[in-house]
Amino acid sequence: MNQKKAMLIDLTLCVGCNACQSACKEENHLPPKEEKYLSLTAYTALSKYNDLYIRRMCQHCDVPTCVSVCPVGALTKLEAGPVAYDEDKCIGCRYCLQACPFHVPKYEWSSTKPRIQKCKFCASRLAKGLQTACSEACPTGATKFGDRDELLNEAARRIATEPGKYVPRIYGKEDVGGTSMLYVSPVPFEQLGFDPRLGKTPMPMLTMSALSKVPNVLSVGGVMLGGIWWITNRRSEVQAFEASQKEEQTRQHEDKP
Amino acid sequence: MSIPGLPRMTGWRPITTVLILLGALAAVARFTLGLGATTNLTDEFPWGLWIGFDFLGIGLAASGFTIVAAVNLFHAKEYEPIVRPAILTAFIGYLLVVLVLIIDLGRPDHFWHPLVMWNPHSVMCEISWCLMLYTTVLSLEFAPIILEKLNIHSPIKWIHAISLPLMIFGVLLSTLHQSSFGSLYLIVPNRLHALWYTPLLPILFFISCIASGLSMVVLETLIFARDGRDILATPLRAKLAKLIAVALAIYFVVRFQDLLSRGMLRELTTLSYYSLAFYAEILIGFVIPFVLLLFERVRTSRLGLYAATVMVVAGFAFNRMNTAITGLEQYPAQTYFPSLIEIFIMLGITAVGFSAFSFIVKHLPVFEPVAASPRLRTKAPAGLPEPVFIACEREDLKPS
Repeated sequence: MNQKKAMLIDLTLCVGCNACQSACKEENHLPPKEEKYLSLTAYTALSKYNDLYIRRMCQHCDVPTCVSVCPVGALTKLEAGPVAYDEDKCIGCRYCLQACPFHVPKYEWSSTKPRIQKCKFCASRLAKGLQTACSEACPTGATKFGDRDELLNEAARRIATEPGKYVPRIYGKEDVGGTSMLYVSPVPFEQLGFDPRLGKTPMPMLTMSALSKVPNVLSVGGVMLGGIWWITNRRSEVQAFEASQKEEQTRQHEDKP
Repeated sequence: MSIPGLPRMTGWRPITTVLILLGALAAVARFTLGLGATTNLTDEFPWGLWIGFDFLGIGLAASGFTIVAAVNLFHAKEYEPIVRPAILTAFIGYLLVVLVLIIDLGRPDHFWHPLVMWNPHSVMCEISWCLMLYTTVLSLEFAPIILEKLNIHSPIKWIHAISLPLMIFGVLLSTLHQSSFGSLYLIVPNRLHALWYTPLLPILFFISCIASGLSMVVLETLIFARDGRDILATPLRAKLAKLIAVALAIYFVVRFQDLLSRGMLRELTTLSYYSLAFYAEILIGFVIPFVLLLFERVRTSRLGLYAATVMVVAGFAFNRMNTAITGLEQYPAQTYFPSLIEIFIMLGITAVGFSAFSFIVKHLPVFEPVAASPRLRTKAPAGLPEPVFIACEREDLKPS
């Protein structure tokens, strides 16, 4: 599927100008003050590790954890890549906040009709054939928008041409089953606050190992319980019958003499 | 002080009344001010005390399916007298849990959405369905008790006709969602502490709920069997106690086998925030009661069983709260302690549960004493509290 969009984030090119956050805030009509962490009013933020700036935002996973845990399907993965949120379906169970391996969704705790907020991957712009607001605003090309396959090739090319400049890894290529945000970095990702415990298996597989057994439990369990009932029921019937027979025999015995 | 002709005031009544009122006020605050102002929940800690309470309520209500299965499916008919108390415990437990879940939801007005908007990949969706279906099963299993009292017999026949598939369905649903509460956390291997996170979570949740559910029924037979009338004969109760011990032993073996195979036993060699919490739950809830229950003398003594089953229930509460709270804390950087409003709502709802239980057993034929000729109630022995509850006698049920 070539339609799938992605963004390549090259940490060596980012100068920390925060233009991405400003553009994002403008696009989403959020208050324009500069923020250091993801919040209800910052769908993207730059965190600084030594001399490097790392863009945080929703990774728009290929097999999204949040989409799998949502009991009502309020979160969906769109074909073009974005993980979209439907506030009219949301019941507010907050399982997505609990489960997201990147700690992305933020909750409107102070509202009495709370919603989650997170990066929307400019889904409405993508639908019009435009690129994301942040990638458009990036002055150095540190954030580049495009087709996922092409960007993966591009990232591999950059690493291959300048092996001294990058660590040989594209974060997001296969992590948690692949994401729409691809990172290349001059230092190992573990030093930049990327969780080293997340493997390549999509997180929803962990749940599926248990959920897939539900039909078996129902069918095998139903038959087994029914069988046990039949056997124990039969046994008590037989016992009752034998008892009545014995009683009759002794009565006949007593009657004879 | 007691006034002749009026029901005696016991200490419980004012306490539960105050707790229910406080809980109601707290609930009003939660609905008018929102979750942020009234709870200590945050983006980093989106689930707290209430989820722990749900685990607890469901686990303690597990007696509903274990006893029904034992008596009506496996024909252990000698346990007939505790079927109704077990069903009532489960029914109240489930209703309260559903209530807490709705309070906990950010959008309580959308609580019905899981019924029409499905996501088969979500454990939460499976749990909502199981909760709803099993609560329906429980209400059908409980309905005959009310109908008997009202002397309406035709629906009882109707319920009786479908009772076998109904009970099998109930047992299956319970098996599923008791374990699914554990499955909820399968998706957070990077957050839940390794002492609690394991792929075996659903299995461990299931085994422990059997021990705690049985302990709850044993406790009930002890509490409500005063005044010389026993709900369950001592040898039968001792046999239940033996079953609890077996469940505890299986749990202990599976839990430690799992820790060993994941190489996490080393976590227990140092005393830390987490290992202390682990020791508390495993010693109080599993090891000590197991050792106690090994002795015939404990199994046949009321006091001994009281102690052992209270410990199982307490340790079970510890285990569920550790899974839902302690294990998810990043001690000491980021911890969670519930707000007063969260606590008041939980206590208020617990008080509603206890009041509902004692109200129902007072007015409906739930406890049927086994003693063939119940002694007439005489004066309570000096120094002992007067029995709060007097078991219904069959004469009471006859239409006058």
